[in-house]
Amino acid sequence: MTRPDPTGTLARPPTRFDKWADRSFRGLAATSAALAVLLVVGIVAQIAGQAEPAVREYGVDFLTTSKWDPSGKKFGVLPQIAGTLYSSVLGVALGSLFGVTVAIVLTQDFLPPRLEAVAKGVVELLSAVPSVVYGLWGIFVVIPALRPLANAAHETFGALPIFGTRLSGPGLLPAAFVLAIMVLPTVTAISRDALAAVPGKLREAAFGLGATRWEAIVKVVLPTASRGIFGAIVLAFGRAVGETMALAMLLGNSNSFSWSLFAPGTTLATLMANQWPESGAVEKGALMYAGLVLLGITLLINSVGTLILRRTVRVEEAHQ
Amino acid sequence: MSQAEALAAPPALYTPHAAPRATDAAVELRLKSLHYGDFRAVRDVNLTIRRNAVTALIGPSGCGKSTVLRCINRMNDLVRGFRLDGEVRFRGRDIYDKAVDPVAVRRAIGMVFQQPNPFAMSVARNVTFGLKLNGVRDHLNERVEQALRGAALWDEVKDHLNKSALSLSGGQQQRLCIARAIATQPEVILMDEPCSAIDPIATLKIEELMTALKAKYTIVIVTHNLQQARRVADDTAFLYVDRSAGGRTGYLVESGPTAEFFANPREKPTQDYVAGAFG
Repeated sequence: MTRPDPTGTLARPPTRFDKWADRSFRGLAATSAALAVLLVVGIVAQIAGQAEPAVREYGVDFLTTSKWDPSGKKFGVLPQIAGTLYSSVLGVALGSLFGVTVAIVLTQDFLPPRLEAVAKGVVELLSAVPSVVYGLWGIFVVIPALRPLANAAHETFGALPIFGTRLSGPGLLPAAFVLAIMVLPTVTAISRDALAAVPGKLREAAFGLGATRWEAIVKVVLPTASRGIFGAIVLAFGRAVGETMALAMLLGNSNSFSWSLFAPGTTLATLMANQWPESGAVEKGALMYAGLVLLGITLLINSVGTLILRRTVRVEEAHQ
Repeated sequence: MSQAEALAAPPALYTPHAAPRATDAAVELRLKSLHYGDFRAVRDVNLTIRRNAVTALIGPSGCGKSTVLRCINRMNDLVRGFRLDGEVRFRGRDIYDKAVDPVAVRRAIGMVFQQPNPFAMSVARNVTFGLKLNGVRDHLNERVEQALRGAALWDEVKDHLNKSALSLSGGQQQRLCIARAIATQPEVILMDEPCSAIDPIATLKIEELMTALKAKYTIVIVTHNLQQARRVADDTAFLYVDRSAGGRTGYLVESGPTAEFFANPREKPTQDYVAGAFG
């Protein structure tokens, strides 16, 4: 073999255009990233600014009292905070149970690959249904379907606080039910990824030791994916907390909190949606304060979820 | 009961295997063909695996040696489209008989994989995993110690039994997987290239281990390393690829006691392979 002539090399330094394109692209990317961050900071600052008078006026009492009286200028969002958390916990609990089960079916060789892909697509399609359609479906399908069951439960177990009232129309249970279906795609998609990321060699190890499919899933696959699944649930929770339209339609906007699954209730988001159009300047400030509270809750939940997801990835990388 | 007493009086699990000892064979393979979908991966493997011996399956890449190994505990059942024509006799019956539960087969025939695959749990819980599957709940500490000693890992991990198994080195993880497999005292242990992902010193330890383990177990090992087969195997079986008819089908060329196999290979492909002409 003859050595190529050293001066005959084809290597060339980057041209001026190459350098310019590289710099501009980096500039563009950095600007977009900065804009996205600025946008978040700007929105938070704006809401905080608008809420500031109300924050100064009502302070912590706003979070611990229950009156919403625009004419008396008394505002408190305790039932809204409680209602937000109660409806989200219920909806996410139902949705997670359902969603994780679906994710298991989609990843653990229960279905032929082609059917798996179809089922995955269908579940993802659920996230394309507009919130208002879910609300209507809740009113016309879920509430009538639940009503006989709910009222039978009330008549039999009425002594229990969670069955303490009748379901006359809108109420917590139908809202939680619809919420569960709305968070299903989030839970399923993220836990599906977490389950799919469980190294195949771990499943093999379980089967090789004589585990049944059920034992392999419960004792090896789920624990290995548990952080990811937990992250999915937290993110779904973040979504449920902020859900507005469907809940405004199904929850019945009663300014009170009840442990009964069949009683109407309220959340921070539905309060804002319902009160905003007819509010005066003082009430708008209070609503902004409520918005700030909601933003705080959502931000907190999402950061926790992101943190957990990030740690999962690290555990999985350590396992490669 | 003290630990010493517990070990001196072996629990029920440690009684000798109930399998018939009339023949010298632990497993008999009578495979006509193995298919993945339409692909015929292996044909014509007739092999007797002797009890309390190490049998090595060797051959070039793609000759189906892992596929054959995974037939012995029905791991291939987990692969979509896998079909077996033939039989695998173990404890006097065909394990592919419809009445046989593959899960039961895998509990009697343990497996160690190419990549160390400990669970993301503590060292101790890895070892007890199989015990718990089998419903064994007593003397767990003693059994963990016994299994880890059996896998020559005890001295290195006895102070870290509750540490994550993932913090161990690759060689230690593989020995942990061996401990996990022998904890339930299976009758046969299958090893699928158990040293291919670990360093030479760890390899040496595992080879020594195999020689020690055959007193109690029947071992079948797949290896692409001829020297390893020479060092550890009592019997060696050579598989080769048949490329006639446009296919790539593995088949058993010949098998026999290792010393004889390497000294006087009968068939041409074996002679070339052993001489290092390819592979």
